[in-house]
Amino acid sequence: MVSFTPTEDQQLLIETIRRFAENDVRPTAHEHDEASEPNPDALKVGWQMGLIPSALPEELGGFGEMSAVTGVLALEELAFGELATAMHLMTPALFAYPVTLFGTAEQRENLLPMFLEEDFAPATAALLEPGISFDPYSLKTTASPTEQGFVLNGIKAYVPLADSATHILVYARNTETGNQEAFIVSRDQVEIERREMLMGIRALPTYRLKLHDVTVAPDSRLGGAVGINYQLILDRSNVALAALAVGVARAAYEYAKEYAKQRVQFGKPIAQNQAIAFMLAEMAIEVDATRLMVWEAAWKLDQGEDASKDAYLTRQYANKMVLMVTDSGVQTLGGYGFIREYPAERWLRNGRGFPTFDGLAIV
Amino acid sequence: MAIDFKIPEGILQTRQMVQYIAETTMRPFSRELDENEHQRPTAFVQAVWPILSAQQAQALARIERELESGGTTPVKEKTKERISTHYLSMMYLVEMLSWGDAGIYLCLPSAALGGFAIEAVGTPEQKLRFLRRFAEGEPSWGAMAMTEPNAGSDTSAIQTTAVFDEETQEWVLNGEKIFCTSGGLALNEGDGLVMVWATVDRNAGRSGMKLFVVEAGTPGVTVVKAEKKHGIRASDTVAISFNNARIPADNILGSPEVKEGKSGKGFKGAMATFDASRPLVAASALGIGRAAVEFVKEKLAEEGIEIPYGAPYHKLTAVQRDVMEMEAQLKAAHLLTLRSIAMLDEKISNPLEASMAKVKAGKAITWITQKAVELLGPLGYSREVLVEKWMRDGKINDIYEGTGQINTLIVARRILDYTRTELA
Repeated sequence: MVSFTPTEDQQLLIETIRRFAENDVRPTAHEHDEASEPNPDALKVGWQMGLIPSALPEELGGFGEMSAVTGVLALEELAFGELATAMHLMTPALFAYPVTLFGTAEQRENLLPMFLEEDFAPATAALLEPGISFDPYSLKTTASPTEQGFVLNGIKAYVPLADSATHILVYARNTETGNQEAFIVSRDQVEIERREMLMGIRALPTYRLKLHDVTVAPDSRLGGAVGINYQLILDRSNVALAALAVGVARAAYEYAKEYAKQRVQFGKPIAQNQAIAFMLAEMAIEVDATRLMVWEAAWKLDQGEDASKDAYLTRQYANKMVLMVTDSGVQTLGGYGFIREYPAERWLRNGRGFPTFDGLAIV
Repeated sequence: MAIDFKIPEGILQTRQMVQYIAETTMRPFSRELDENEHQRPTAFVQAVWPILSAQQAQALARIERELESGGTTPVKEKTKERISTHYLSMMYLVEMLSWGDAGIYLCLPSAALGGFAIEAVGTPEQKLRFLRRFAEGEPSWGAMAMTEPNAGSDTSAIQTTAVFDEETQEWVLNGEKIFCTSGGLALNEGDGLVMVWATVDRNAGRSGMKLFVVEAGTPGVTVVKAEKKHGIRASDTVAISFNNARIPADNILGSPEVKEGKSGKGFKGAMATFDASRPLVAASALGIGRAAVEFVKEKLAEEGIEIPYGAPYHKLTAVQRDVMEMEAQLKAAHLLTLRSIAMLDEKISNPLEASMAKVKAGKAITWITQKAVELLGPLGYSREVLVEKWMRDGKINDIYEGTGQINTLIVARRILDYTRTELA
């Protein structure tokens, strides 16, 4: 039965995250963006919301609710607060969710308990690679099977929180089968080349990693002999990124709308001009349309249906939407849109990044 | 409640039947009816009349039962409890019929837009009296006449007058209506009716606007022109003149009273019909868009061009990007429409969402169908296939039931919480 109403639990979750965004994240978002440093207080409060444990298996102490729909609702609200903090808070999920979905019993038992701890779990994942020709179906990072396990070689880009992580899930192409697989690598096995210098999401430290003849044991391959459903990880990632894009766009839209009602020129609020009002209307329509696409793709994931095409098209659509909306946000503010004291330009910098954020979020 | 996109099985089954009707009584006649404007889609009308009239008969039987048992019956309460799928069914019906042929779809022998108004504002007695003709006998059509040469988007500027003749207890109508969909079918073929907007007081603006039912055969009512159009040529679009046309006192919908200074129930009623008609126009756009996307993908596949969903953006050709964008645009429009439709079924006020769906669908389908002609090159532009026709048909969805711009204005006023004077 068609319905667009979240469950009561989901609505409570949305309200909780919205309060978190308003009280703990937004007030200092600018400051942390300027300093290119995370906000430890906000992260502490955010971690206590227990978003990741709620998705982990019950037998290990989680709540067993790995719902993509709940996930996208949470991500939109988190990104409405601030994208860098949203991604930071959910970085451990890049490791925890694939282990939950595809890990062997042993991997799950060994690796998942750290995500139920009181302190932020130091785990991340590395998918994206440098260069303009990144192709998730043909990774340049390789895993060569040997008698002792696998030898990994390659360079990974934009790996969030890699310097403080103990565990990194590295995606690589198996040189024997040509399949893309995931390997559990410990932090001391990889070399951090540098912190990435990015246009946006500046409060989220991301790193360039180098893997040079990194040898891992056979049981470091996620899912063991069975391996992983790589396509499903990409699907869940695409949907998650689109949800974050909706959150960023909504932030830009709502701010621009309020600004346009306050800002008086020629004796009336600028929102009373169709040129501005129509821009805002289009922003509203596109934010809503994209949100519905995200919901539908997430719903399909939860139904166990093949959501690959929906997830992919939705992400592509969201990439364009968030750019249009955040740019219109800057435009609505005119000169103030260009001034860093105002948040509009930060949303545009963050919004522009979505086409290249492969693997930086998951539901 | 929970977020859910599951379409009920019954609707999907009906949709398959409708697809059969579309494939057998619409598509084979699409080109012929487009080339021979004003010819009637006989095969389609004959195929759907028995189904539609039976449905109308059932609806009237329900009204009769309610009247007999004194209005409020337990039956009514029962139907109120479970969420209706009435509009959801209509959305899927309209989408599939428009996939068949958007012009022929508009010739559905039914009360159509007129029916919305009668359902919304009419008394049970009026419903029985006016809708009976759509439940039995030969095919009949309903139509709605709002637009006038000088009153398009600004509906409050209508000049057609209705004056009450105390002596004969009749309303006397004078004026000219244009762009009336199915007006010729309603007045000249079968026993149809046209819902006519007229003012009982030209100085009263919106509060003077009232809705009148004009039945076929009324003296003084003449179809003066059948328009020749860019697209939906199978649909009948006419101008009607009213020259001292006399109709019974009870052919007014709602109260004849003029309340000073505020929009009357009549005008509000008209606006409320848009809440339902705009999502259905959007649904029609979706059907045309789907036809175009399917055809383009089929023809590209014949040339060995597949659409590699999932591939990195830098590996896609311009054509592949375009096709993906067409599909994504269609999906975005579909979901906004579905939301506005679900709200209608849940009886939640939806003017913002209805206009959002209408804006998006009108714009998306215009772009999708124009792109389809471009992508298929000489084939796309050729009248040997239907793509160029779908482009011409698609455009109407960005125009009627409020242009994209008027609907954008409505969206803007709603999100900004502005009145029509604050945001003109």
